Amino acid sequence: MAKCKSCVVLPFLIGLVASIVLGWWGFPKVLYSQKTQPIRFDHVVHVDDQGIACEDCHAFRDDGSFTGLPTNENCVGCHEDVQGEDPDEARYVTEYVEKEKEVAWLVYQKQPDNVYFSHIAHKDKFECTECHLDVATMSTPPVFYENRLSGYSKDTMKMWQCEECHAKNGASNACFVCHK
Amino acid sequence: MQAHNFKVKWGMVIDLDKCTGCGACSVACRAENNLPPEVDAGNKLRTADWMNIYELSNGKPFPEHEVAYLPRPCMQCGKPSCSTVCPVVATTKDEEGGIVSQVYPRCIGCRYCMAACPYHARYFNWFDPIWPEGMEKTLTPYVSARPRGVVEKCTFCHHRFNAAKEQARINGEDPTALPEDAYIPACAEICPTGAIKFGDLNNAEHEVSKIAASDNAFRLLAKLGTDPQVYYYSKREWVRKLGDNYLKNAKGEDHV
Ligand code: SF4
Ligand code: SF4
Repeated sequence: MAKCKSCVVLPFLIGLVASIVLGWWGFPKVLYSQKTQPIRFDHVVHVDDQGIACEDCHAFRDDGSFTGLPTNENCVGCHEDVQGEDPDEARYVTEYVEKEKEVAWLVYQKQPDNVYFSHIAHKDKFECTECHLDVATMSTPPVFYENRLSGYSKDTMKMWQCEECHAKNGASNACFVCHK
Repeated sequence: MQAHNFKVKWGMVIDLDKCTGCGACSVACRAENNLPPEVDAGNKLRTADWMNIYELSNGKPFPEHEVAYLPRPCMQCGKPSCSTVCPVVATTKDEEGGIVSQVYPRCIGCRYCMAACPYHARYFNWFDPIWPEGMEKTLTPYVSARPRGVVEKCTFCHHRFNAAKEQARINGEDPTALPEDAYIPACAEICPTGAIKFGDLNNAEHEVSKIAASDNAFRLLAKLGTDPQVYYYSKREWVRKLGDNYLKNAKGEDHV
């Protein structure tokens, strides 16, 4: 039997605060590892200074499929040789372009293999940034949070998010609309 | 069961008088849909063929003997026996076009659907798929490979349906009103005799709906009421009769 009121309440409060801190701050820290892109790609230089449009590098093919991230083929148009002062650009040219190696970019929104997503079906209705991080305004790419258990990015859209948006916009939620 | 009414109903018509049983459809299907080389192709209880070919015989001695070959994909039943028994909703008929889906990561491998399907159109993965070194380069990227422990079946090359819609979108056309040749499964494309036709059964302009309306057209086990989206065609009566489990001394009406 408890001797006084505070002997019961105090340990309870301490326990509560500790669990909240552990659950909201500690657990996500443990769950996600933080990764940086192999090259610090500066979107601002490309978009603002050079005036390159998003579609110049993230384009649709003639069959309506989406290329996603550009490959060296897109970049060598300018970066055959080092253009500026940025050490990451120099590293890109020497380590990737000259060695004919592709950069293993980390994809913030990568979906599992059994998910089918059609960019062209969404592009007229939504801004890219409604689903993607607004990287066009960033000089340094955002940190990539990788779920240590699943291996997926923290920013990968979850199935309930796809379904919710489909339901709200009157789009079909049939299994085969998004699964392959 | 409440059946869906879709605006478009993808359908196949197979002309059994044209089919030579060459197996091209079956091979094209395997390549297109990432079916791995069989562990033991002799053990038919462990093999998979989304497009399986049966040999039919009229049962008469020479010189009256005749054979026909019957390629059998998933019928994409209007009232599927499979999806209604699945305890985890891994297979459904809910998408416009009427193709019966199969979501592999959701499937728990109980195989109820295999027992339910009257057409033996479903296959269980007894083994993890293994491609000989170098052959993984031939994989179709638009089709998910299946692990051991889940069920798979013909999807009318559903990824080609998706591709056709993307093509229509970039051309500024309506993806819900695809022209007849925009979406063709691999089997229908490769068939050297043109025995397999594909299109929208609800569209009177499409060849499939014209052939399906013919007196020589029939569906497998029609009297079960599964309402298949695959039709067969033959001018030979004995072939049409084999389409249902017709017995010589059966009572009741003629099913053909
Ligand atoms: S084997 Fe898979 S798809 Fe078939 S009934 Fe069981 S869970 Fe459903
Ligand atoms: S043929 Fe079999 S697998 Fe295909 S929809 Fe009909 S019951 Fe399901």
